[in-house]
Amino acid sequence: MAADIETLDKQSATKAGAAGMPRLHQVIFAALLALALAAPFMLYPVFVMKVLCFVLFACAFNLLLGFGGLLSFGHAAYFGSASYVAAHAAKVWGLTPELAILCGTAAAAALGFVFGGLAIRRAGIYFAMVTLAFAQMVYFFALQAPFTGGEDGIQAVPRGDLLGIISLRSDLTLYFFVLAIVFTGLLLIYRIVHSPFGQVLKAIRDNEPRAVSLGYRVNRYKLAIFVLSATLAGLAGSTKALVFQLASLTDVHWTMSGEVVLMTLLGGMGTVFGPIVGAAAIVTMQNYLAGFGAWVTVIQGTIFVIGVLLFREGIVGVLSRWLKKSL
Amino acid sequence: MGGDIILSAKGLTKEFKGFVAVGGVDLSITRGTIHALIGPNGAGKTTCFNLLTKFLQPTEGTIVYNGRDITRLAPADIARLGLVRSFQISAVFPHLSALENVRIALQRRRGESFDFWRSETVLRRFNDEATKYLDDVGLPAFAQVKAGELPYGRKRALEIATTLALEPELLLLDEPTAGMAQQDIERITTLIGRISQNRTILMVEHNLSVVASLSNHITVLARGKVLAEGNYGTVSKDSRVIEAYIGAGHA
Repeated sequence: MAADIETLDKQSATKAGAAGMPRLHQVIFAALLALALAAPFMLYPVFVMKVLCFVLFACAFNLLLGFGGLLSFGHAAYFGSASYVAAHAAKVWGLTPELAILCGTAAAAALGFVFGGLAIRRAGIYFAMVTLAFAQMVYFFALQAPFTGGEDGIQAVPRGDLLGIISLRSDLTLYFFVLAIVFTGLLLIYRIVHSPFGQVLKAIRDNEPRAVSLGYRVNRYKLAIFVLSATLAGLAGSTKALVFQLASLTDVHWTMSGEVVLMTLLGGMGTVFGPIVGAAAIVTMQNYLAGFGAWVTVIQGTIFVIGVLLFREGIVGVLSRWLKKSL
Repeated sequence: MGGDIILSAKGLTKEFKGFVAVGGVDLSITRGTIHALIGPNGAGKTTCFNLLTKFLQPTEGTIVYNGRDITRLAPADIARLGLVRSFQISAVFPHLSALENVRIALQRRRGESFDFWRSETVLRRFNDEATKYLDDVGLPAFAQVKAGELPYGRKRALEIATTLALEPELLLLDEPTAGMAQQDIERITTLIGRISQNRTILMVEHNLSVVASLSNHITVLARGKVLAEGNYGTVSKDSRVIEAYIGAGHA
């Protein structure tokens, strides 16, 4: 038995490096970064930027669903409102891109605080319905408000000059700016999941009454993760507005909320890398199947159904089970 | 009031839409004892237990813990005062390792854990202590095993280790041996006997041999009311208790 403990100790010692990240995860992150650095030279940069924005959005959503155990059906509200605010800040207020993104992200955080504070009073399906209702309110606000441009959205958003110096008009320059934002966002999400806060969060997800009985005021933790998730979704939405130079009703529509659920489930909720895979797969599919027109949704739905039937834990979830390693 | 009553309830009542699950229960738990709450199915034991731990809000009555009225407090706040409960179904965090399960309890000592920007490696300082609690309940070899993968009896042991890690003054155990095989029952009974040194325990329990071997004091509930009180010898001979358990025809 003593030998058992020793080997277990050794395993956990080699598993986690100095920063607390297991070697395997370090390697995967490095490989992803290498892939992302090479991608714009082989693929259309705007397409890869779209993938990156949705990767961040899905990972932010997974923070709430996979690690907080809370299914929000209205995450488009944070993604979309941030997109509008960032577009407005860049176009009307003439702010530099990093400040515009900051404005959008802050707006999503504030919205997440208000909506989250009300929604976490309910659980399960009621929680999902409340978040959906709030998201619909945001949608109708975006449709009616004077500064959102109604059906047209906010178009021709200037990409501007980073810090007022570096022009982002070139797709490639913008690409590396977006990559820096998204990669930093992903590392932050990784840290949140693997922090003392993340530990409590997983405990609440696993068994809420037990966490209460150990003296944790669970609602405060739920609100904190809701705000963090909304903020990061906002970061993704603001960045997206600059990439496409557009904030539109699509960003706040309920189908956007559904899509991010789909990406997360397909990739594997509660895994670190699942939403990255899920988001990349869905965006790629939409891009290459665009020729089929309205059939895209049908094909997407079929693939989703097959995916869920074949691997219920999502692509990365199944991989993780096969390899017996947390991914 | 003598300082030896740690928890008392007066006129504790809980109604569910007209149905009185618990009606006017008085209860005093003496410090340093093992107090058992028994009774036939539907007697209101679990409701009573949930009222005392504030997982349910009483319709009427007061609960006093260490001289302080806790009737209106939230369950998490009660835990912070040192009154910690277990659950009927094994309550572990299935996706965390056994060590992490215990650490969740120890982590409470840092105060709130909202620091999402810090690496969880800061929690390693609790590892030695967590291992000590795992040793206590015979789980040292399972430290890195996910709690969800432990056999049932081991889960209960882990739950007790986690509860003990909070160093509670008063432990409330909800059917600690429910659904267990004989061998596990013996292990848990011995464990509860051992941890009861300098602690107070209130437990709801179905298994009368466990109750007989462990408890100093027994309260028998039937139909939401206190039927009898005393030690096992007194209670087990009480004709009303026998009647409630077996039915009037056999008394």
